Amino acid sequence: MIRPKVLKTFSFRLALWYVGLFAVSATVVFGFIWWAAVTFMLGQTDDIIESEVWSLVEQYDERGLAALSMQISSRQRNEASRSNIYLLVDREMHYLAGNMRQWPPNIEPKGYPEWHTIPVTAANDPAPLQARVRVVTLMGKIHMLVGRELSDVMRARTIMAMAMALGIFFTVIMGLIWGNVMSVKLLRRLDEINGASREIMGGALDRRIPLSGSGDEFDRLAVNLNDMLDRIGELLATVRQVSDNIAHDLRSPLTRLRSRLELALLEPPDAASQRQAMEEAIDQAESIIATFNALLTIARAESAAARDNFEDLDLAALVRDAVELYEPLAEDKFITLDASMEDGLVVSGNRHLLSQAVTNLLDNAVKYTPEGGVIRVGVGHGPCGVVLSVTDSGPGIPEAERENVLRRFYRLDESRGTPGSGLGLSLVAAVARLHGAGLELIDASPGLDIRFCFKEQPGLPHPAPVPAK
Amino acid sequence: MRILLVEDDPQAASYLTKGLKEHGVGVDHVADGREGLFRATAGGYDVIILDRMLPGLDGLSILKAVRAAGDTTPVLLLSALSDVDARVEGLRAGGDDYLTKPFAFAELMARVEALGRRGRAEKPQTILTVADLELDLTARTVKRSGKPIDLKPKEFSLLEYFMRHAGQVVTRTMLLERVWDYAFDPQTNVIDVHVSRLRGKIDKDFDKPLLQTVRGAGYMLRDPAESA
Repeated sequence: MIRPKVLKTFSFRLALWYVGLFAVSATVVFGFIWWAAVTFMLGQTDDIIESEVWSLVEQYDERGLAALSMQISSRQRNEASRSNIYLLVDREMHYLAGNMRQWPPNIEPKGYPEWHTIPVTAANDPAPLQARVRVVTLMGKIHMLVGRELSDVMRARTIMAMAMALGIFFTVIMGLIWGNVMSVKLLRRLDEINGASREIMGGALDRRIPLSGSGDEFDRLAVNLNDMLDRIGELLATVRQVSDNIAHDLRSPLTRLRSRLELALLEPPDAASQRQAMEEAIDQAESIIATFNALLTIARAESAAARDNFEDLDLAALVRDAVELYEPLAEDKFITLDASMEDGLVVSGNRHLLSQAVTNLLDNAVKYTPEGGVIRVGVGHGPCGVVLSVTDSGPGIPEAERENVLRRFYRLDESRGTPGSGLGLSLVAAVARLHGAGLELIDASPGLDIRFCFKEQPGLPHPAPVPAK
Repeated sequence: MRILLVEDDPQAASYLTKGLKEHGVGVDHVADGREGLFRATAGGYDVIILDRMLPGLDGLSILKAVRAAGDTTPVLLLSALSDVDARVEGLRAGGDDYLTKPFAFAELMARVEALGRRGRAEKPQTILTVADLELDLTARTVKRSGKPIDLKPKEFSLLEYFMRHAGQVVTRTMLLERVWDYAFDPQTNVIDVHVSRLRGKIDKDFDKPLLQTVRGAGYMLRDPAESA
């Protein structure tokens, strides 16, 4: 009935331990009960003997030796005191009265009452018995021995010991049986969970592990596993979406590239037009490569691994470098590039990714701000921490679209014609998320205000920490 | 110039070898890592182009071994790993430049030339000169034909880089990497505007245009009087 599989289980081993400890405790308890009972019975025997002694002593005190001898004789004959032993001897140890033939050889009466346990044999029974005896000396002249033979007590003792042993034995057996039953129950719950997990991992990813409803530890385990499965599902969905996006949005430029080259094959094979076809093809390829790189960067920004290389950065210095890069471009479009930076504000981050995000923002700002417009770049303290903001005076983004623009490849209809992969803002969003910084798109009327909010790191003493170069 | 190309992809290797030979560069190609290490340590090359992923011994191990042997031949690493950390790792292992695949051949050529020139012993200079253009590194001043030119700090760094690579093609990515320390390409023509700004300051009012555009590659600063 006990299957070998159960024997290997943790719950069975636990049950074994439990049974073992329980058996030890049971032995101690039963043992104590047995000992107490035996002690009580022996105590009782002693009490009986003692009261016999004192009543006989009283007899002797009141009525003398003759009366005592008669009492002893009559008690010998009495059924009730059949197990009692009496012996009266004189100073020379000569028999006076009693049912014992002679004074036990190894008892030396000392004058005061003493207890002894001695071996005796009954008249018609050669089996050796034990007796408990009390020895007293009366008036200094007569020695009296009153006792009781203990075979009853001994028998009771043995019977009780056997009962106790049996009790312990059955306790262990029952423990093992119940241990097995409990293991099986436990195993069943665990098997359910294991089985469900395997099925889910085998492909049924939208299934979940069933709960028993009792809210116990197994249910909690199941709930946690289900939460993990939910998370896996989310991640898988993200991966699927990324692959879908890549497939969908790179299909067009790749098709265009291919078509252009196929067209070139159909065109008259003169060097000039072929050259042009090749140049256009290279341009297409470059833009595809750029898109791939951007996707990789976003994937990198979204992976937690990037956080391992965070360092302390002076945000103002980093932003200033980016602003410097875009100044001439802005000037060419007669855009005022206004930068107000607070130095010494330190954030923990990835220099490369942050620089890229800032240049993306500036790129967008310059792209979408009309001639003569204003771009404001700020680094400073805000209620939420260190704020980096880039504000342009372009057409802005309608409120309804503000969530969408952060998605990959999303371009507002108005901007579909302009060059760019549509990945700029999604990279910015990914970088913000990586840095644990809040990202807000606010209406600047006119234009768009994009804000990062970083948690400030305790600044290092001046001079400024890691310079951006 | 003699180059050792350690690249296991046969198509890429043949393409690069042809391109390099067309530019008058001698190329020895090996496809295996260990062979590459052997040849590299034998010496005699101006630049080593080393692919990072190789059968046998991987690129970074070869690089470390070469450097450990005391060889300072400039090494250009090629890799499909584009993230900044891989780049930093490569440069720290002793690489002198790092190009991510896919790359434009012009980019590779420009960088190989830049590395090849660097290999030749150059005493540290305080004044760089190209034609009548003079850049003083200690005083941080620029003069052309004796006339002082006022440059912003970034413009100065830009010009310094051009002058150090005078006569060589300098790509936009090289400028972004060296002058701005940005390992990404902003895609728009930001660099072009900086260069044209610089050109406005150093070339416009003077007779010889020194800063030229090289189509399909980048820019070059050179004295047009000198033969190419």
